[in-house]
Amino acid sequence: MGRDRPALRAAPGTRPPVPQPTPAARLRAFSSGLPAAAASVCVVSFFAVFFAWPVAGVIAEGLGSAGIGPVADLLASPAVRSVVWFTFWQAAASTALTVLAGMPGAWATARLGFRGRRAVRALVTVPFVLPTVVVAAAFESLFDRFGVADGDGLRLRHTAWAILIAHVFFNYAVVVRIVGAHWAGLDARMEDQARVLGAGWLRVFGSVTLPRLVPSVVAASAIVFLFSFTSFGVVLVLGGPGRATVETEIYRYALVRLDLTAAAALAGVQLAAVIALVGISTFLERSRSRPEPVQPIGAVRRSAFGPAANLAVMAVLLGLPLAVLVERSLSTGGGYSLRNYGALLERVNLLPDTAAAALGNSLMFAAAAAAIAVAVGGSAALMAVGGRAGRLGRLTDAGLTLPLGVSAVTVGLGILLVLDRPPLDLRTSVAIVPIAHAVVGIPFVVRTVVPMLRAINPRAREAAAVLGARPGRVRREIDLRVASRGLAVGAAFAFAVSLGEFGATSFVPRRPETLTAPLALFRLLGTPGTALRGQAMALAVVLMALTAAVVFVVDLVGDARDGAI
Amino acid sequence: MPAAGPRSGAGSAAEPVLEVRGVTVSFGAVTALADVDLAVAAGETVAILGPSGGGKSTLLRAVAGLQPLDGGRVLWAGADLAGVPVHRRDFGLMFQDHALFTHRDVAANVAFGPRMQGATAKDRRARAAEMLELVGLGGFGPRSVATLSGGEAQRVALARALAPEPRLLMLDEPLGSLDRRRRDELAAELRRVLSEVGVTVLHVTHDHDEAFAVADRVAVMLAGRVARIGAPVEVWRDPRLSAVARFLGHANVVEVGPGGAVPWGRLEAGPGRAVVRSDAFRRLSPAEAGSGSARSLGAAGGSTVEAVVVDARFRGDRFELRVRTDPGGVELVVLDPELAPAGRRLAYAIDPAAVAAVD
Repeated sequence: MGRDRPALRAAPGTRPPVPQPTPAARLRAFSSGLPAAAASVCVVSFFAVFFAWPVAGVIAEGLGSAGIGPVADLLASPAVRSVVWFTFWQAAASTALTVLAGMPGAWATARLGFRGRRAVRALVTVPFVLPTVVVAAAFESLFDRFGVADGDGLRLRHTAWAILIAHVFFNYAVVVRIVGAHWAGLDARMEDQARVLGAGWLRVFGSVTLPRLVPSVVAASAIVFLFSFTSFGVVLVLGGPGRATVETEIYRYALVRLDLTAAAALAGVQLAAVIALVGISTFLERSRSRPEPVQPIGAVRRSAFGPAANLAVMAVLLGLPLAVLVERSLSTGGGYSLRNYGALLERVNLLPDTAAAALGNSLMFAAAAAAIAVAVGGSAALMAVGGRAGRLGRLTDAGLTLPLGVSAVTVGLGILLVLDRPPLDLRTSVAIVPIAHAVVGIPFVVRTVVPMLRAINPRAREAAAVLGARPGRVRREIDLRVASRGLAVGAAFAFAVSLGEFGATSFVPRRPETLTAPLALFRLLGTPGTALRGQAMALAVVLMALTAAVVFVVDLVGDARDGAI
Repeated sequence: MPAAGPRSGAGSAAEPVLEVRGVTVSFGAVTALADVDLAVAAGETVAILGPSGGGKSTLLRAVAGLQPLDGGRVLWAGADLAGVPVHRRDFGLMFQDHALFTHRDVAANVAFGPRMQGATAKDRRARAAEMLELVGLGGFGPRSVATLSGGEAQRVALARALAPEPRLLMLDEPLGSLDRRRRDELAAELRRVLSEVGVTVLHVTHDHDEAFAVADRVAVMLAGRVARIGAPVEVWRDPRLSAVARFLGHANVVEVGPGGAVPWGRLEAGPGRAVVRSDAFRRLSPAEAGSGSARSLGAAGGSTVEAVVVDARFRGDRFELRVRTDPGGVELVVLDPELAPAGRRLAYAIDPAAVAAVD
């Protein structure tokens, strides 16, 4: 998130020199600007074609030929109103629960020194990048294992609680990492001062720590709310038929009831709500954030109890569902075996191809999507940071983050609506899958790379220029070198996002070549029958292992900067 | 202040290589540089001295080509640099915060300039080693930039700026981030290295001790203008403008009437305003003061003053006394080898050589 961003550049009102440069100099400046200009054009047209146009298509379809009347009728219907209401309150409840659950974890990773602190931080991040369908599968397996058959005792399947718990599981890392990073940067001497002045630890937390944490808590809450608000896979699987949100209704109207206009109208509502949310949260962050010298001093305290208590919570909250998922995937009939994994290689009537083939497709798409995301996102980040105009940069930054807020289902629906006819008919092309995935993944690349580029001392660029580096060379020698780690981290995130992408992909026509692992998993999960269920769990475990490995390794090696989420 | 290199006594350089003519830069309503003229001779070290916000750094950036000009020209050997981009000016600039490339080691930082010039890997290595040796950091090549102390980072930045053999080296508060003692050491070191290399230097600082220690000539910049330029001794002894005198720390600026009339009596100066340096005062013994020799001194052409001590500050080698003249009630700052308690009445002889007329 772009909190407390120092104004690095921009001497205000820099004007061109009065003695005009010679024509030769102007030509040189122009030609050295060419590659940059070409890159900008590519970035802008990529977004125009694969994001702006589809989203515009959705809005146009929603308002469509009939105008606002039918849309108003649809939105006034009790069914839709209850869906909108449920969407809001489950997002609010998910956010509150996640913040409550995450604060101790944020404290522990920020303020306590213990062995394996970084590993814990990396592990905590894993659920966040797990495919939503895998998370859903994990909770399904949990309910399978412990759920009681009929009513009595703990019955969570297809309840709002199931959704809330899954959202906490999913977004726990957002709170731990964003608030934790902020917390770690706060000057701990202020707390010490308060303690010396006679405040107990609760008073210290309430009156000294918490007020200073407000900006990051607001930032984290905004993200969790947004993710819960547009959550798709989790609600679709765990909510069952009775629990629908705007997001799942868009999908149902478009693909089950085949009413694209209604779906588009709902997507319009969704879009408006998301934009309003982003606006409010940006305003809150702006007005609340007070710059504070960031210097972690005397922060780290040795403790055994704090980490132990936190690890226990994390183990139950984050570990249990995944452990049960693994256990279920191995359980076959009476005992344990790898038979479910073997079944991944077999054809099932339900799927156009084997689950293993779907995994292969997914890996390929993920590699392609990551490559596109790095190329487009990296250029976009350079555009956002470099460039002469600060405002243009900020606009690019905001524009590129938008897909983070716009739901994948909306993007998928948009692609379905506009990219199916000449001049650009991509629905029949396999390429549409990695492109759609890249659109979703690019914000991650931008978000990781931009802060790194902003952190570059502008004097370093000037020093390179004075030492004889041409403008293009400065970019290569300074910006790219510094950003390379961010690009690697961003690529890994984009890869993981693509591996788990479900919302947008669900709108792609079902063909063997475009069958991805999450799609296959959703199909398998949605079908009764223990055999397929075991296979679903096995597929979920493989998908989980792949995503977790990518993110965990990158996080440990690259130490993904906080706020990279 | 012994100096190597040409020490031109005049305010202008003999054969200028760098010429700044009427350069103006403004940021919105704020004028950072107002019609600045400056000429620097080959091999000369000119210090740009002034308070922060006085436009010193902007002048360096303008010469480097990092700051577009709103007016005026920058010339090198008579040729206008307007169309020459930063990277082709062949100038070195050492930033105040050093701006070392944190993603590269010390050797790679130093070798950056030669690399941009297309030097071979072998030449670059040799050049980096040579430069590091020159600044007293032999063997630091493989070190990470993050592990350097402030003084070491400063030396690496100097080595990096010198490595491509720039025609002009610009230093922006090069010693700014160091403590007093390191500054004095490194100022001497800087002087040695620069005279060894023989490069032309523009050295920006806010500290007049530093400027006097390193420069052949000093240009005092106040509010975006060059207020006074000349050899350090000239500038110190004859600041010409009261603003320059005050910036240099000359506390005693007095109004002089016709015939040298001042509130406490007479001063050996023409009518107008004059600066009396704190080291101009020699305390007269009670005998001298009482025997009327003070008056005879005055009659002999020097001037004297009687004053009451207000307070005293210990300055190490001297005491800095704040005194109020009687008659006249003018507050003066006097450097005196002896302490005197507040309220004590003292008499001083004023050395006419330490009095200079200002605007």
